[in-house]
Amino acid sequence: MRKDATAQPSGTFGVLGAVVRRDLLLALRRKSEVLTSLFFFVIVVSLFPLGIGPEMGLLRIIAPGVLWVAALLAAMLSLSRLFAADYSDGTLEQMLLSPAPLGLLVTGKIIAHWLVAGLPLVLIAPLLGLQYDLAPRALGVLMLSLLIGTPLLSLLGAIGAALTLGVRGGGVLLSLLTLPLYIPALIFGAGAVEADISGLGAAGHLSLLAALLALAAFFAPWATTAALRVALE
Amino acid sequence: MLTATDLACVRGDRRLFAGLGFTLESGGRLHVTGANGSGKTSLLRILCGLSPAEAGEIRWQGETIADLGDEYRKTVLYLGHHNALKEELTALENLRTTAALAGVAVADAQGVELLERVGLAGREELPVRFLSQGQKRRVALARLLWSPASLWILDEPFVALDSAAVTWLAEIVSGHLRGGGMAVLTSHQEVAIGGGVAQTLKLSP
Repeated sequence: MRKDATAQPSGTFGVLGAVVRRDLLLALRRKSEVLTSLFFFVIVVSLFPLGIGPEMGLLRIIAPGVLWVAALLAAMLSLSRLFAADYSDGTLEQMLLSPAPLGLLVTGKIIAHWLVAGLPLVLIAPLLGLQYDLAPRALGVLMLSLLIGTPLLSLLGAIGAALTLGVRGGGVLLSLLTLPLYIPALIFGAGAVEADISGLGAAGHLSLLAALLALAAFFAPWATTAALRVALE
Repeated sequence: MLTATDLACVRGDRRLFAGLGFTLESGGRLHVTGANGSGKTSLLRILCGLSPAEAGEIRWQGETIADLGDEYRKTVLYLGHHNALKEELTALENLRTTAALAGVAVADAQGVELLERVGLAGREELPVRFLSQGQKRRVALARLLWSPASLWILDEPFVALDSAAVTWLAEIVSGHLRGGGMAVLTSHQEVAIGGGVAQTLKLSP
């Protein structure tokens, strides 16, 4: 009597866009959650120069490692919330029942997670790198490595978040599951900056990091989807 | 036509039901009754494909729902215990995003009109966390108004609703049945729903 006149189906990318828009809108309404991981990153990175003192040589050496480890931890802070809210309020059930492929919806959530938790780290990293006396070129490489690396962190983290969904004490388990998966990203990401500082050129490390990203972009949504289906059974 | 044959469900080491079967024709309504913990929600989740059945199969128009996949999900609307609403978003935003996730585009004006029909006129722009339980349920029930699904699976749809809303919902469901739709529902309340062929399935522990 009524409904068919009011609604038209939207396309595949309409659904993807809707998930991203929704999650960004939610992030906007809960600003504190977003800012927590960003401030965590800023504070952890800033603590090292304060603790070590003005030894520029030493700071330059540890900079890539410290920045990357802090980025890993900051990205992980927000991971437990990736699916938890949708799980507890029943939205995830509805996503599973949506005619749109679940992989697509999950991809949308991962994109939104990166925009909220990953991109701000990339943008603020050069500023923090200044504390470590990094050359402008190295700062550029650092940004580039984080730009390729943080989406990788979101993708791998989504698998862990889906696997630990609904598990008691899932937060710690999530760290134990995801941090080992982050190791390749850390090695090649921090390695790129180190290689650039020592004059070897970062191209090799960055291409390996990009290859990992391509691989994860293909497999992670699929693995996450499988884990979510199990969690909701 | 929805056919379930020989369904069984096991939760933990308890067998909730076994050998359960029914056929739901177009315009038919299945009322699932039973005590708390008798497996009503489990049955509904199995029917919409969220959980696998321990044994037995479910066929929609002659094909198993596992084979149909997306095709089946297009025809099913599931309303569970959770309202699937985001507390931070307004009623209107909730309605529009829920629709978008189901692949249906609802414009702002249509959304306002739909919310008016569920009795939330003037509250479209209020974050859902400020609404009462019954009002939240109404926002969730707005899905019945835009969904193109023909099989409605409703788990305790009348919970938290006032008597006016219960009557309204019963009318919406009977309208759906008269239009050739189907409904499977659980309810502890006796609600008169007109239209269609009614069946009752009693689950006993």
